[in-house]
Amino acid sequence: MGAKVVTITSGKGGVGKTTATANLAAALAAMELKVVCIDADIGLRNLDLILGLENRIVYDLVDAVEGRARLRQAMIRDKRFPNLYLIPAAQTRDKTAVSPSDMIRLCDELRPDHDWILIDSPAGIERGFRNAVAPADRVLIVTNPEVSAVRDADRIIGLVEAEEKGPAQLILNRLNPEMARRGEMLSPNDVIELLAIELIGIVPEDEHIVVAGNRGAPIALDEKSRAGQAFRNIARRLNGEKVPFMDLERRDGFIGRLSNILGRGG
Amino acid sequence: MANFIARLIGRDRSASTAKERLQLVLIHDRTNLPPGVLENLRDEMIRMISQHIEIDASGVVLQMTQDGHEQRLIADIPLKIDRKRRR
Repeated sequence: MGAKVVTITSGKGGVGKTTATANLAAALAAMELKVVCIDADIGLRNLDLILGLENRIVYDLVDAVEGRARLRQAMIRDKRFPNLYLIPAAQTRDKTAVSPSDMIRLCDELRPDHDWILIDSPAGIERGFRNAVAPADRVLIVTNPEVSAVRDADRIIGLVEAEEKGPAQLILNRLNPEMARRGEMLSPNDVIELLAIELIGIVPEDEHIVVAGNRGAPIALDEKSRAGQAFRNIARRLNGEKVPFMDLERRDGFIGRLSNILGRGG
Repeated sequence: MANFIARLIGRDRSASTAKERLQLVLIHDRTNLPPGVLENLRDEMIRMISQHIEIDASGVVLQMTQDGHEQRLIADIPLKIDRKRRR
């Protein structure tokens, strides 16, 4: 049967697609599953930086598609997990360098030797999005509890359905539970009701994400981080486990206060 | 109106404003129907219905609503039948 292909997309830029892809990949790899992640954001590559693999790139996705490199040569092995690979995007080309059928072919070649193939989609609804979604078995949509991100997520949900890749599932990223409690931020229930979509995870706003990005070390590997825990939970749900949603409202006690200060998550 | 009630009972939070605004804009996005088209449709309906029955044109409300994946166009058309004219 081989790998399942999961595309992480959003419509709007800057909502956390790349962070989500890197962290789900790391969390799945930590579960001893064989994972490849593909950066489909040709011309604006970033997944390599978030994973801390930017210095190892020799060949990229476009090299593999155009035959300048064998697929194996474009796969960069992660520093932490021997069972995690990255296929980086080309930085000096654009989205038209790859076609949806190229992506399907590439994934089919990867499927037999892996458990999960994660594709980091570019923002937007054009060619790059269609490239990223074409080989998908499942689609995860990342959004933030903000009006523009929710509106764009709704557009993408419609497009994913039109491509017959639905039903997509939602990652609500950067929730500030304290603001939601005060009624100054859309709550998870508000967002689910508006988008009429199944939720696969809520990731609390967490300044550790920035630190993790600075270091090139996915936060999912940080046992203490709330956001890291949220990503680990999403990875387990992807893998078919029933994992209860975290209690983001927990704010009492020393640990709660501490994590409030550290991660806003409560 | 919903805004006004929310203000009265002290629930005038920005999240509920965001939700209301999104509910409307998503309906228009999904149906590919700009708000102006709905206005035109409303005027045409008033003209058409008025040929058959007398209505209170100023009270006509035409709106889109959403229930999960389902979109509905709801028209509320008050009739003009007052006592004086039935005498």
